[in-house]
Amino acid sequence: MTTAEKYVTAAYCVIFAVVLVYVVIIALKLQRLEHDVDALEDRAAAEDDERETIEVG
Amino acid sequence: MFRVSRLPLPALAAASLVLVTTALALVFFVAPNDADQGFSQRIFYFHVSIAFTAYAAFAFGAWKALRVLWKRDPNADLESYVAIHQGVIFGTLVLLTGSIWAKISWGHWWLWSEDELVLFLVLYLFYCAYFMLRFSVDPGPQRANFSAVYALFGVVLIPISFLAIRIAKSFIHPQVFTLHGPNFGGWILVTYCVAQAALLVFAYTLYRLELTGKRLDIRVRELRLA
Repeated sequence: MTTAEKYVTAAYCVIFAVVLVYVVIIALKLQRLEHDVDALEDRAAAEDDERETIEVG
Repeated sequence: MFRVSRLPLPALAAASLVLVTTALALVFFVAPNDADQGFSQRIFYFHVSIAFTAYAAFAFGAWKALRVLWKRDPNADLESYVAIHQGVIFGTLVLLTGSIWAKISWGHWWLWSEDELVLFLVLYLFYCAYFMLRFSVDPGPQRANFSAVYALFGVVLIPISFLAIRIAKSFIHPQVFTLHGPNFGGWILVTYCVAQAALLVFAYTLYRLELTGKRLDIRVRELRLA
């Protein structure tokens, strides 16, 4: 491998690595959002249960 | 009427994948070696495309900022912020790939005497400071206004940074486009055009992905407070 080939490979690897880091960060954020939505769903279900158990009269 | 903003995200992601793969195949298997720079010129297909994409993202961010101030568009503030974020990511790639190319061609990673490098760094740091300003103000109309004015000021630096490449004197930074058109033809031009299209579509896909995530985040926060 010539020096030029090494540098070109390094440049494209840098692009790939930066994009990969960005995608990983976005994936982690989406994972956190999914967790938050699950927590909201649980809260909504618990509130529904509370409403159903209240006796009227 | 056809609107790019209505294209579904999976279709954009598939288009990005096809275009980036095609561009890489053209760069490494089809485009000939440059007569002057040899194999190292292959960095330029992505370096130049990424630079134009960064400029486009900053300009798009400024356009959305203008809509914040002019039309009071409630979505424009977030769209401007995400576009500038994309611009900074692509700006980082411009600096990194440019440094690698400079090391091969000039023998230096960075030269403070080169106006085109320093001006791009100024543009990049200006937009990095955008986030410091934005997150130092509480969310609301005041933050949207401050951010929009700052983003609009930054757009002035784009033509200066672009023109600096044309007035570079001591070292010769290759000019991809002149007043008479592109400085190359044949497969080199085809490869560059495909790479440019690939990077623009890819950046737009990332923009839409990040925007969708941010909007979801805001809605979840609102639901949690409700």
